Formats: sequence, C-alpha cells, structure tokens
Amino acid sequence: MDSVGNLIIYAIAAIAIIAFSILAVTTKKILRSATYLLFTLLATAVIYFQMDYEFLGAVQIAVYAGGIVVLFVFAIMLTHKPGKDAEPLSSHKKWLGVGAAFAGAAVCAGALFSYGKFCCAKLLPGSGFDIKEIGSALLDTDKFGYLLPFEAISILLLACIIGGVVIARRR
Amino acid sequence: MSFDFSILVLAIPFFMFLFLGLVGVKMGKKITGVVGTIAMGVTLFICYSIAFTYFFGTDQGQISAEGVRQSVLAYDWNWLTFTDKLVVKLGILLDPISAMMLIVISTISFLVHLFSLGYMSDEYGKPEKGFQRYYSFLALFTFSMLGLVVATNIFQMFIFFEMVGVSSYLLIGFYYTSPAAIHASKKAFIVTRLADLFFLVGIMILSYYTDTFDFNALMASPESALSSAHGQTFMGCSVMAWALTFIFIGGAGKSAMYPLHIWLPDAMEGPTPVSALIHAATMVVAGVFLVARLFPLYVLEQGSMNIVLVVGAFTALYAAAIACVQSDIKRALAFSTISQIAYMMTALAVSSAPGVGEEGGLGYMASMFHLFTHAMFKALLFLCAGAIIHAVHSNENSHMHGLHKFMPITSIAFLIGCLAIAGIPPFAGFFSKDEILVACYEKSPLWGVWMAIVAGMTAFYMFRIYYLIFHWKKHEVKEGHHAPHDMQWTMTLPLIILAVISCVAGFIPFGKYVTADGQALHTHTNWPVAISSVCIALVGIGLATKMYFKENDLPSKLKSKFNGLWTAAYNRFYMDELYQFITHKVIFQKVCKPIAWFDRHVIDGTMNLLADMTTSASFAIRKMQSGSIQSYVLYYFLGAIMLAAVTMVIVLI
Amino acid sequence: MYLIPSLIMFGCGVFGFITRKNMIAILISLELMLNSVDINFVVFNRFLYPDQLNGMFFALFAIAIAAAETAVAIAIIINVYRVAKKVDISEITKLKF
Repeated sequence: MDSVGNLIIYAIAAIAIIAFSILAVTTKKILRSATYLLFTLLATAVIYFQMDYEFLGAVQIAVYAGGIVVLFVFAIMLTHKPGKDAEPLSSHKKWLGVGAAFAGAAVCAGALFSYGKFCCAKLLPGSGFDIKEIGSALLDTDKFGYLLPFEAISILLLACIIGGVVIARRR
Repeated sequence: MSFDFSILVLAIPFFMFLFLGLVGVKMGKKITGVVGTIAMGVTLFICYSIAFTYFFGTDQGQISAEGVRQSVLAYDWNWLTFTDKLVVKLGILLDPISAMMLIVISTISFLVHLFSLGYMSDEYGKPEKGFQRYYSFLALFTFSMLGLVVATNIFQMFIFFEMVGVSSYLLIGFYYTSPAAIHASKKAFIVTRLADLFFLVGIMILSYYTDTFDFNALMASPESALSSAHGQTFMGCSVMAWALTFIFIGGAGKSAMYPLHIWLPDAMEGPTPVSALIHAATMVVAGVFLVARLFPLYVLEQGSMNIVLVVGAFTALYAAAIACVQSDIKRALAFSTISQIAYMMTALAVSSAPGVGEEGGLGYMASMFHLFTHAMFKALLFLCAGAIIHAVHSNENSHMHGLHKFMPITSIAFLIGCLAIAGIPPFAGFFSKDEILVACYEKSPLWGVWMAIVAGMTAFYMFRIYYLIFHWKKHEVKEGHHAPHDMQWTMTLPLIILAVISCVAGFIPFGKYVTADGQALHTHTNWPVAISSVCIALVGIGLATKMYFKENDLPSKLKSKFNGLWTAAYNRFYMDELYQFITHKVIFQKVCKPIAWFDRHVIDGTMNLLADMTTSASFAIRKMQSGSIQSYVLYYFLGAIMLAAVTMVIVLI
Repeated sequence: MYLIPSLIMFGCGVFGFITRKNMIAILISLELMLNSVDINFVVFNRFLYPDQLNGMFFALFAIAIAAAETAVAIAIIINVYRVAKKVDISEITKLKF
C-alpha cells in the first residue's frame, strides 16, 4: 500500500464487497438482491482498477454490471410480482447454510493466514498493460497466446445463444 | 468307386437331419418320410459300394504283400490341438470292422426307415403327429452311428458316442406325452451318461500316457502304448488296466451290460422300429464295437479282459433268465438283446491274440460275425414285433395268442428269426454262435458249458415268445376291433428282406474278411461243439413246444412250483428296485440332502446376506438422494472442505 | 489482504446457494462465488507474476463463461416459470420420479 489514498479506496471497496455480498444473500426482496449484486460487482471492478487491470475492470463493468445484472432484472421482472417478499427461511436450513459457509471460510482463512505474508504483502508497482498488448495476446498462438481458448469461448457463446433461444422459445 | 465318397456317408444323413427337421413341417408328412427313406437308400448304396470296394477292391492297396488287410484313412482333419502331440482329429477310418458296421447300420437303418412309413401311420395310412420329427431324429441317429464306426480316434468316437446317446434319448422320448416314455428316456440318458463319464476318464488316462488319440497309432504298437505307463499303478493295478476298464464301462453302459443294463428294457417305450434300429441292432453294439476297436490293447491287458469276460458271461445268463418269464414281448426281446450282446462281449473276451495258439483271434472274428448276424435277425424280430403290435395295439402277449392264421408272413418271418437266434442250421445264428462256443471252449470248458446253457435258454425263451404270440390258443378279436392282418408292403418288405438275410448270412465266409489282425482266418466246423449246441438248442425248442404250443396248465404249474424264482425273474431280480433304493434312499437322502441344505443355507445364505445388506444400506441412504440440488451442493461442498482441511493438515504438519 | 473480501464473498455465495429457494436468488449467489474466484485469480496473478497476464485472462474467460451460463440459466428459469408459474425450486418437483 504505497499511499493512504489507495488504502482508503481499498477499504471502501472491501467493505462494500463484504456488506453488499451479505445483503445480497440475506435480503427478502429479490430485486434488491440483484441490486446488491450489482454493487458488489462494481466494487470488485474497483479492486481490479486498483490493481492496474483496467481492461478487466472495464469488462467486469460492461459484462457483469451492464449485461448480467440487466438480465437478472429482466428475469425478475418476468417472473415476480412486484413487492412480494420471499418466504422466510427455515431456521434449520439457515443454520446449515451458515455452518457450511463458515466452515468453508474457516478452512480458507486458515490456509490464507498460514501463508501470512500475503495478507500484508506490498503491491508491487505494476508495469501497466496497454490494451494493445492484451489484444495481441488474445489472438496469439505463442506460449502466452490465448487464441484457442478465445475461439473455444466464442463457440461456447454461440452455442449458448442458440441454446437460450431454443429453450426460451414459445412452443 | 474311391473312398473319397465316404464323406457322403456322413454328410447325407446329417443334411437330412437338418433338412427334414427344418423343412419337414412345410413339406407334409408323407413326403418327409419318402424323402428321408430315399436319402437313406442313397446312403445305403454308398455304404455298400464302399464296403465292396474295401473288401474286394485290389487296386487301392488295402491288402499288403503279406496278405494283411490294411486300414484306410479316407479323411483326417485336425480339429483341436491341445499340445503338439495331443491333437484331436476328425476323419474317416475304414477297416474291416468299420466297413462291416457300415453295411449293418445302413441296411438296418434303411429298412427301418421303410418300415416306419407304415408303422408310424394309423390303420388308414395317415401319418402320426411328429412324423417329420421322427424321421429327422432317425437321420440324426444314423449320422451319429455311422460317425461312431468310422471314427479315426478315440475322441471322435466319444463325441459320436454321446451323439448316439442323445438321439437315442430323443427317440425313446418320442411319445413325449406319455410319462413312461419320458422316464425311460431320462433313465437311458442318465445311465449311459454315467457310463460315458467313465469312458471319458478312461480316454484321458489312456491319452495322457500314450500322447495320442489315434487308433492307428495305438494299434500300430499296442505293446509300447501299454508300456508307456509302465510302473504306474493305482490300487494295485496298472494304470492302463484302469484306463481300459473305464473305457469298457463306457461301452458297457451303451451295450447294457450288467449292472448298467437297466435302461434298455425301459427304452422299449419308444416306437418299435426305433427299438429295432437303436436298441437291438446298432447302438447297443457300440460297446462291443468299442472293445473290438481297442482289442489289441485289451488282449495284452488280461486283467481288463477278465472283467469283460466275467461281466459278459454273467449278463448273458442273467438276461436270458429274465427273458424266459417276461410277458411284454418287446421287453422279452430286449432282454434277449442284452443276452446276445453279452455273448459278443464274452466272445471278444475269450479271444486270445491273433497268431497265439491254433485258434487265436477266433473269438474276435466270431464276435464280429455274431454282431453282424444278430443285428439282422434281431432287427427282424423287432420289426415283426412292431408289425404285431401295430396290428393288435398291445405289447402284452396275453392279448395276442394264435396270430398265425391272421398274419402268416409275419409269423414265418418271426419263426425264421427265432430259428436264427436259437442257432439251428442253416440259419445265420448257428454259424456265428457256433464259433463263439468254439472260442469259449478254447478258453476254458467252463465258459463253453456256460455259454452253451445260455444258448439253450435262448432257444427256449425265443420259442416261448413265438408260441405265445402265434399259437397257444385261438385269437380272440376284441369287440370293436377288426381282425389283425399282415401289413402293407412297406412293412412286410423289410421283414422279408431281413428274413432272407437271416437265412443266408451264415454262409458268408466271414473269417476271410473280418479278423483281428487283417489276415484271413480259416475256420473249420468243430463238429462236437456244433452238434452239441444244436442238440441243446433243440432241447430248448422242444421244451418250449411242450409247454407253450397248445394251451395247457404246465407253465402255471411250474410257475407255482418255482414261485420265488419266477417272481424274482419277472421283476428282473429286483435290479430296478435296488437302483431305486441306492439312488433315492442312499444318494438322495444321505448325500444330496446335506449338500442341498448346505447350498441352500450356507451358500445361498451368504449371497442373501450380501443382498440384504446392500438393500438395507441403500434404504438407509435413500433419503440422501432427495433430488434437491441444494442439498447436493451442501454435501459436495462439505466434502470439498474436508479434503481441503485434510490436505492442509498434511501440508502443515 | 485483497483475498479477505473475496473469501467473505465466497462464503456468502455458499450460504445463499444452500439456503435460498428462489432460483434467481440461487443464480445470484452463484455469480457471487464466481466473482470471488475471479478476484482470487487476479490477485494471485498480480502478486506472484506481475509481468504476466495468465490470471487476468483466466478471469476474463471466466466472466465470459459466467455470462453465457447465466443467459442459459435464465432462459431455463423463464421457461420453467412459463410452464409451472413458479420459481421456487422446492415446489418444482415435476421432474422428480
């Protein structure tokens, strides 16, 4: 953490992520849940920016915040009557979920703190990647080229488009 | 005609089996029978030409320079290769006895095919149900029997041995709606199967030590074959003696030697032509044929030979005694068959090696001769019995009596058969039986006298049957039945042909063609033996005439006098009951029951326990498979965490 | 220290996935989990190999796949809703045997 400004930005983003995540899964209204998800994703984008991954942050905002959350909102609009609360959770199930989540978190946290240097590692000054470099890496076939996964993802997306159309088509 | 055609002898019946069995239903009954008979006629022709070429041809090199008749290996294919030396082959071997058997089998089979055209129909000439099946099975049997006699090796012989067993089973059980027929077929199959088990063990022992299945290789040097297991003993006897004894047991099962004879009388439940073909003329002599085939080995192993001798001689007397009191004509004939086959066995057993002594190998020749003549006249007798049964619809002689006036041709044919079996010159049986007796006297006077007594009994019981069928008293035609009469030509023609053969077969110079070593054996009539045997036969016939020609009370008087003996003999000396006792009371109760209990409770129990455990375990965890994705995720996640925790602990420690 | 919010986000995702009944809420929880993993990739990339882009590309592809997956899932949910008029997974039991 080279500067206090960065630290403050990090603190805000981290607190936003934690708070909105928890709210997203605990709120009764599903539309609010989607909204909290949006904030969480935006906060994540802030973290990406902070780590000098501007492109990734932009993608995060564009795809997640702009695409996926909008999709969620549409789906919620289509399937829910406004103003209707979700049913309260059964306590049995709730405690089960809490237990599982805490167990997972505990194990991961244990792993994390056992390698304690990560927690307070200094963020090295990033070399900064320009968009040109990323673009050429994406379409490269060298060792650090990503043409094959890129194409695979594009085919997957195509399949998803067709699949989505086929599934959602009115018969 | 070269021997290349010999494959047709097997191919035609086998093809007919498939053809008649598969297409017969479509063809109609009459045509099936006619086609089967014609095909058998073709086979007959080929068999005759092969045998003729073999016995009289000179250009094929069958007779070597020393005058020894060689065996001819017409075909020989490798079939299974176990080791380099131990190879199972399939092929066709022609030598004097197999050529002779070809004649016997094809003749009888053809005549039985012809006879069955009439027999398997009702009075109006309409064929019975299952007619096609019957002809198909007949073809199968003919195929297996021919394959048996031309077998080149002991393993091929075993295969065909089993196949005749199967076809015999199928034909005995032909009337599968009758429980008696089913029991009889099962009995025949199980008993012969049991004997074949010993046969197989014998084959294994033999081939293990000699490294070969081939008859030619075994016969070429029987001494070395025997000495290959030299020094190996088991329970005090040499291994080879055991092997040969086991093989003999296999043959005894098929040939109905005591104590494995019990299936043959019951086998008479099958159609009578089948009895004539299988249970009188051909299949039952398979055991004799087997011993004759391995004769060079047996003759060197006197221990096994003595077993054959004792079993044969005892069976001859035993069966003859039973045959004297049976009232069912087919059963009486069956016991007569057992007795006569035992005769052949005895003749083989008393034979010494060819060239030893003055009459060496005579018994072998006589046995084969008797096999030939017996096949002819016993088939004649059975076919006559078939004609009679077809006419009066009963097996019991009490329903017959006095048929001579109604069925003259059958009566004369039956009489010829009786004279032949009784050994009255000039009928066939005289010559062969006479030579057997000579061979027996050669061995020891005891056996000679013994067999002469059996011959007398044979004459007695045959004429008893004859008189009870055709004379005794006037035939009573039952209400609603028409009078019995001679049958149509398909049934009488075989009788006439066989009767003629029975008359003249004795004059065949058999010793010239069929001998143990291939060299011609010159027989001369041993007058004292011949005359005494004819006298004994005449005494037997006279006794029978006295007792049974006209209705009188002499038989019942004798019966009451020797009541115990009569009852015992009538019940076949309680052999069947003994078997019943042993199988049911001893084997089933004492051996099988505990095994069954063990199987049901311990082995099945273990399996059931496993199954129950699986069931209860799956019932216990069934709740976990709720179909709810969320619980699945929970389990998955917990599992993943656990793995992660374990990994962490391992890495950190 | 960037990992801590990611960890908590993941825990929230698990909790939501297990407890919520609404299918869309479950999907939202799923997105949370995916996002937290993305953060992890990026953070490790940034801290361990600052001059390479592997983790970043992984996150990039993960985002693309998440988008695709969400689209299909929402299509399915809408279709199910059209048939059953419900989005509660505890009530959609028609496919259960």
